[in-house]
Amino acid sequence: MIPFDFEYYRPDSIEEAVNVFERLDNEQKQPIYLGGGSEIITLGRLNQLQTQAVIDLKRIPECKALQLEEGVLVLGAGLSLTEVAEANHFPLLTESAGRVADHTARCTITLGGNICSNLMYREAVLAFLVADSQAVIAGKQGIRRVVFSDIYNKRLHLHRGEFLVQIATDTKLLTLPHRGVKKTKDSRINYPLVSCAFLKCDGRLRLAVTGLCAFPFRMREMEDCLNDDSLAPEERIKQCLRYLPAPIVDDVEGSAPYRQFVFSNTLAEVIEQFEGRD
Amino acid sequence: MWQLVEKGLLELDVNGERKTVIARPADTLLHVLRTQLGLTGAKPGCENGDCGACTIIMDGWPVKSCLILAADAVGHKIQTIEGLHDSPAQSAFLEQWGFQCGYCTSGFLMVCHALAKIHPRATPEVRIDWLQSNICRCTSYEEIDAAIRSILHEIEEEPAERP
Repeated sequence: MIPFDFEYYRPDSIEEAVNVFERLDNEQKQPIYLGGGSEIITLGRLNQLQTQAVIDLKRIPECKALQLEEGVLVLGAGLSLTEVAEANHFPLLTESAGRVADHTARCTITLGGNICSNLMYREAVLAFLVADSQAVIAGKQGIRRVVFSDIYNKRLHLHRGEFLVQIATDTKLLTLPHRGVKKTKDSRINYPLVSCAFLKCDGRLRLAVTGLCAFPFRMREMEDCLNDDSLAPEERIKQCLRYLPAPIVDDVEGSAPYRQFVFSNTLAEVIEQFEGRD
Repeated sequence: MWQLVEKGLLELDVNGERKTVIARPADTLLHVLRTQLGLTGAKPGCENGDCGACTIIMDGWPVKSCLILAADAVGHKIQTIEGLHDSPAQSAFLEQWGFQCGYCTSGFLMVCHALAKIHPRATPEVRIDWLQSNICRCTSYEEIDAAIRSILHEIEEEPAERP
């Protein structure tokens, strides 16, 4: 049971959501946008999150969009991870977000909720980072569209009162050679030691990673090393490790040396898989 | 815009009937089903989304009722184990002895029922993925797996991994 009270609002439009957030914010109610709600409930139950108002975004039609037209795949941030996987328009997203929590939990967890999660993994963002997808963001100033990698630095950077409405991806990227890899310490259902999304585009491997550092990232310098075929795979991997954006996570799920080993091993597997493929 | 700013009346669609309950905006659906409607088939286990004992079906899909606000469930069709009558999954669990203490059974049944409805020809990979949402501390996994397999028309060979 959640040991404190909050107000629940369910806007029917983007404008209503933005307006009610502003009003509640002015009333010092620390409003929070709600996607699936699983994180708000689990953290709230433990008093690790406080709010006096939640704004449920799932009934806003734009947040439930699932459209494939005019060369763009549009996914609403209010879609559940299961809805996205069942449609399977973006197989790399299905693979890289398809092992978040468990299947039943993924029927509730939303794309937007996972991407904006307080947990460090946020595996749904990986495919969008390598695909240079566009984030469609709503706020008091209206709608803005930003390339994902421009707004995602450790986390999605939104102005106060803004929320993620949709993610748009060029359909040409949806069917390119790819691989999503999640490696856990023991059981299949667990947080990742390392979770990676690989996409081969214009002859180059793109890579986004989570679990290794305390946030998801895509580093162009790492991709340069990974694609430098003048070097042996072992040397490429060693070079990649020089460009990690933060120290490797060292916790009960896996020590830093172990995570580094698992990551290096994953890179070796993927280099072998993709070498010579277009 | 619909809103619930304090403890008040909610109308839920549960097992095909309109039910009126009194709930706080912060109440979970699990809590309301059990304490307001007496539907105790959905079990409180971890109440953290890990064990699956509280699984119900919402709009045809299995969800963990401990991770859904009751207010969020307004407008959705909710099915609990009490609304499941003579389903193939229930018969299969009886025939295959898919339970021991029974605490996890209603959650497993809801997952299996939904799987058989949504993916009647599920691959072993899909079946295992769905079953891994639930935990059975009596470790009846073999029997539960046999039960769901008996009502699915699978299309691929069995992999080595178990739920």
